[in-house]
Amino acid sequence: MTGTLCLKAVGKDFTRGWEQVRALEDIDLEVARGSFVCVVGASGSGKSTLLSLIAGLSRPTTGEVLLDGVPVAGPGPDRGMVFQTGAVYPWRTVERNVAFGLELLPLSRGERAARVDHYLAATGLTGLRHALPRQLSGGQRQRVAIARALACEPEVLLLDEPFGALDVQTKEDMQLFIRRLWHECGTTVIMVTHDVEEAVFLGQRVITLASNPGRVAADVTVPLPGERDLTVKRDAAFLGVRAEIEDLVRLYHHQA
Amino acid sequence: MSVLTEGGPEPAGSPGGPGTAGPLAAADAASRESPPAAGDPSAAHLDLTGDTAAADGAAVAVHAGTGAGAAAFAPLPRRQPPRRVPRVFAIRTPIPRPSRLALTALSVLVPLALWQLLSTVIDGRPDYLPSPAQAWAAGLDLARDGLLLGDTVASIRRVLLGFGLAVAVSVPLGIAMGAFQAGRAAFEPVIGLLRYLPASAFIPLLALWLGIDEMSKVALLFLGTVFFNTLMTADAVRRIPGALVDVSYTLGARRGEVLRKVVIPHSLPGILDAIRVNAAAAWNFVVVAELFAAEEGLGYRIVRSQRFNQIDRIFAVLVVIALIGLTIDIALRLLRDRVGRWTS
Ligand SMILES: Nc1ncnc2c1ncn2[C@@H]1O[C@H](COP(=O)(O)OP(=O)(O)OP(=O)(O)O)[C@@H](O)[C@H]1O
Ligand SMILES: [Mg+2]
Repeated sequence: MTGTLCLKAVGKDFTRGWEQVRALEDIDLEVARGSFVCVVGASGSGKSTLLSLIAGLSRPTTGEVLLDGVPVAGPGPDRGMVFQTGAVYPWRTVERNVAFGLELLPLSRGERAARVDHYLAATGLTGLRHALPRQLSGGQRQRVAIARALACEPEVLLLDEPFGALDVQTKEDMQLFIRRLWHECGTTVIMVTHDVEEAVFLGQRVITLASNPGRVAADVTVPLPGERDLTVKRDAAFLGVRAEIEDLVRLYHHQA
Repeated sequence: MSVLTEGGPEPAGSPGGPGTAGPLAAADAASRESPPAAGDPSAAHLDLTGDTAAADGAAVAVHAGTGAGAAAFAPLPRRQPPRRVPRVFAIRTPIPRPSRLALTALSVLVPLALWQLLSTVIDGRPDYLPSPAQAWAAGLDLARDGLLLGDTVASIRRVLLGFGLAVAVSVPLGIAMGAFQAGRAAFEPVIGLLRYLPASAFIPLLALWLGIDEMSKVALLFLGTVFFNTLMTADAVRRIPGALVDVSYTLGARRGEVLRKVVIPHSLPGILDAIRVNAAAAWNFVVVAELFAAEEGLGYRIVRSQRFNQIDRIFAVLVVIALIGLTIDIALRLLRDRVGRWTS
């Protein structure tokens, strides 16, 4: 089966001035195909570093990242990435943003257009296809970034605090939206967030990172049904898991 | 959002809600004072509607009263509200179209009027400071003789050659310096140094090496603009956000594709800005170059008019130089605004 991600004893050091900083240490992680995993942790615990290692944008100092048993050698369209800021191309219209990855492939014009149309519709952007990013709201811009990544049909979708800058209502819309997309596409999703409620609502598993150096402090399986709507956030089970993970984050933050 | 109904907002009929300014203001102050208890989702949700807070305005007001006095400072002095100023003087505020047009007209007319005034009052001799009308007449004279057209064409051709060559070299070099650390390390020190050598200081050297004909003038224009344009292009290229490059790699782009489809489109408006600034410099240099040993060109026309004491002609040529410079600038600005429509 494709899309199984495996991190083996992954560590990452940075040099800051004269000293070595250990951002991540001894991360062992296995993410099954098609699962939705959220990563939480205090600021500076290495969440973004972890995603960039999986994306192949940086190399681990120790250990290795394997996708379907093959070591990740660099960034590629099988691991789509969505940054907190969206990082959409400001000079390209919405549809040309979504088309970016497809333009690099030997596809006919018609096929490319059909795929773009599909992902624009899936992300509710059809009406905005000719808009420039500066004319979009923050949530719309994030949807462009997500559609652009999904158009490449990634095996793993990496999301780095994609809804961090959104207001509560838009954020909840986006949470429902990303769950629906995940159901439709069946992609493995790994999402970093500092919002524990969001992590518990979206993830089947929530991984808590400890700081200094970043390690896996806890790996909690969320005991909630696959089908969730916003009312689940009021469930006793939900609130229990949420409180548990919030305590974990706090605990491993103060340890720093 | 309809999913969340229990405990939902019902603010419409809440007592003491809208209309009572006092409690509202107090509630506002208090909500800054004490955020709702975290971890209690229903309280957090209720707080999303401002009116509910106002509903228990009285209780909140007491709260605010005790809270605000905690610091042991004397009350902060308040300044008088600022004087209202006309919109024309407000920072970054759009002004009415008539005001804008009037100001633009004034910026041309006032110097023109001053010129006229100086030429009549201070001196009066036509060969010392000619009036605008005399300069205009001299310009017409030059144009009738066909000299003006020939000079203009000669100057513009030199700019196109010299500055065009500079752009052809500096833009690729600047992109290499902006996009690759290696390019920067290799070229920035030497170019940073060379740009401080005044191009006009090369005139004697260029005359010795390349003779006194076209070659040396084109070379001067090239030297005068190529270094600045390279560094400014590199700066424009470097302004690309790292996330934009990174995300392109995760979408499957290769190095060359990132350069071609991401780095260059993103920096194009900045590159055109650099070209616009340096085109002005190029236009200055061509006149300088023509002051020495030329047979035609606007700079040459100035020197020649000086030799025959035709000061009105000098002014006519100066005006033509300014107008052509302005035209080049406007054309480049229009191009830049078109290319950079996505910015701002
Ligand atoms: N390029 C770098 N050079 C040096 N140190 C770095 C670099 N990138 C990250 N770090 C360090 O690694 C640690 C983890 O950083 P990272 O950005 O992964 O944290 P994070 O969990 O994503 O935090 P946040 O929630 O604030 O985004 C931090 O201590 C940071 O200072
Ligand atoms: Mg981060």
